[in-house]
Amino acid sequence: MELIVNILLGIVIAATPLVFAAIGELAVEKSGVLNLGVEGMMIVGAIAGFSVTIETGNYLAGVGAAVVAGALMALLFGFLTQSLLANQVATGLALTMFGLGLAALLGQDYSGKAAGNFPKLDIPVLSDLPLVGALLFGQDYLVYLSILLVIGVSWFFRKTRGGLIIRAIGENHDAAHAIGYPVVFYRYLVLLFGGACAGLGGAYLSVVQTPFWAEGMTAGRGWIALALVVFAAWRPGRALLGAYLFGGITILQLHSQGFGVEVEAQYLSMLPYLATIAVLVIISSDRLKVKLNAPACLTQPFRAAT
Amino acid sequence: MLRLEPRREPSRAMQVLTPVFAVILTILAGLVLFAILGKDPFRAIWLIFFQPLTQTYALAELTVKGTPLILIGTGLAMGFRAGVWNIGAEGQFVIGALAGGSVALALHETAGLWVMPLMCIAGMLGGMAWAAVPAFLRTRFNANEILTSLMLVYVAILLLSAMVHGPLRDPEGLNFPESRLFSESMTLPILVEGTRAHLGFIIALVAIGIAWLFLQRHLLGFQIKVQGQAPLAARFAGYSEKRIVWLCLLTSGGLAGLAGTFEAAGPVGQLVPALPIGYGFTAIIVAFLGRLHPFGILLGGLLMALTYIGGEAAQIAMSLPSATTRVFQGMLLFFLLAMDVLVGSRIRWIPRQAAG
Repeated sequence: MELIVNILLGIVIAATPLVFAAIGELAVEKSGVLNLGVEGMMIVGAIAGFSVTIETGNYLAGVGAAVVAGALMALLFGFLTQSLLANQVATGLALTMFGLGLAALLGQDYSGKAAGNFPKLDIPVLSDLPLVGALLFGQDYLVYLSILLVIGVSWFFRKTRGGLIIRAIGENHDAAHAIGYPVVFYRYLVLLFGGACAGLGGAYLSVVQTPFWAEGMTAGRGWIALALVVFAAWRPGRALLGAYLFGGITILQLHSQGFGVEVEAQYLSMLPYLATIAVLVIISSDRLKVKLNAPACLTQPFRAAT
Repeated sequence: MLRLEPRREPSRAMQVLTPVFAVILTILAGLVLFAILGKDPFRAIWLIFFQPLTQTYALAELTVKGTPLILIGTGLAMGFRAGVWNIGAEGQFVIGALAGGSVALALHETAGLWVMPLMCIAGMLGGMAWAAVPAFLRTRFNANEILTSLMLVYVAILLLSAMVHGPLRDPEGLNFPESRLFSESMTLPILVEGTRAHLGFIIALVAIGIAWLFLQRHLLGFQIKVQGQAPLAARFAGYSEKRIVWLCLLTSGGLAGLAGTFEAAGPVGQLVPALPIGYGFTAIIVAFLGRLHPFGILLGGLLMALTYIGGEAAQIAMSLPSATTRVFQGMLLFFLLAMDVLVGSRIRWIPRQAAG
């Protein structure tokens, strides 16, 4: 039983950065914008969160710095793609490459330092329950925040006026513009939210999960988050499910050697990447479903007709 | 207020000028960056962008680092024109090195002029095979090639690591994760004695020429352009999208694989886990910097090679962090994409009253 609880705890910790990054990107794509720079925003969030946590000793300040750093990166993306109408695919790639370089530059003095233990929820009695206590009531605060974010985004797109407007913009920006909604303004807002989420996901990696800084530590998680959005068919709940599935694969890979699986470590490390490909193939092969669920204006530039 | 007005036709002058503007802006931003880092900004810029051009050895190195960038960039640009986004060239590069290197190791101490061409063919086939996966998954299962090709980069790097830790490890080397050194007939001929400039650069130039002819004179080259600029028109004309996807991915994969073999058989001379150093990603910037045009890619490749060499020189002389080069390359692409707005639009100053 102990082992199972440990595995489940590991899955939650491995999945949470993906939950943050995927839910942010999902909202962005709902507005009809594809930001391929998730990996870059995550890693900048990771170093911003880590360095501020180390310098101030304050976790809240660290997490806040990561949110701001991710949002600033997204602002850069927004300026290029929304105001200057640059190609979204190319700009997203540029954001990732720039982010990886910038984070390495900022982080060179932080290798080898540790951030300590992130505060966890601690409710008397409940958190001390055997088995379920640690799992349900003893996680760090960011885990709960990630779940709340998923619920919040889901509610926002289903039940609020703002959510409907953003969905309308994602489906047909020309019509939304004709009715009088400020397309570019809303897209900026959603992009900032997506960047903040990605930054938070990065900070979770460097401040909570490891808690170390290492160059290139995101190791493709930003890209996996992008794949998760497709897997989720742009539905928040399914993005959460997908992220936990991937957390499971990561933990499986870590524990399989403990179970006596005789395979080189490198082959096991390939698993999450191969699983991403497999998942994409399974979901994408249903062309009709992708077409129905994907926001119709995804990656199309918007130029207001005057 | 400032307003962007669409041009009726893209400006040709701006297409040539925007990369130049982007480089100038990058240098200016670099001055600021170095000032923030507390280094002498003018000395750093001089070391990175200008000093290498005054030394023979550095000029030779320019061709060494330019070769993979030009080869890969040429292939990628073809796909980018058609809207086929192969961003996994780094993985195809690694598999190319692995395939070409495996041939070299299998033929250990065999001498002969035929060995090198055989390695190159193996490298190209390796790169093509790795690129065939995203091509197959996109044409058969509709899976996005951006994500699949990128995921395969991680798989390829892990595979290389597993190979040099295991089957391809040097039996006489003290358990280090690296292969035997390639013998003489398995290393590329040197062009200029005393430098590392090798035959691969000439082949990269030939590839540029062929790519130009193909895009200008061959029907498939025309189809690629139509597919990218007007996918609907391409469909009405009866062009097969699947064929174009396969063509673009196999070509870019093959060229990346060849670049990988050149890297292993040229400057490195063996297989090591640290063989991939990001050429496959930098080549994306090269392709855009060169306006997806073969001749532009030649210039773009040499310029990016310059930032690598100058970056190394500045690292040693001024103890700059190695990441500086990557920040520069990222900034360059940003400025280029931002400046591109001038190709399709013109900026007009409209007085407030008139804008109303």
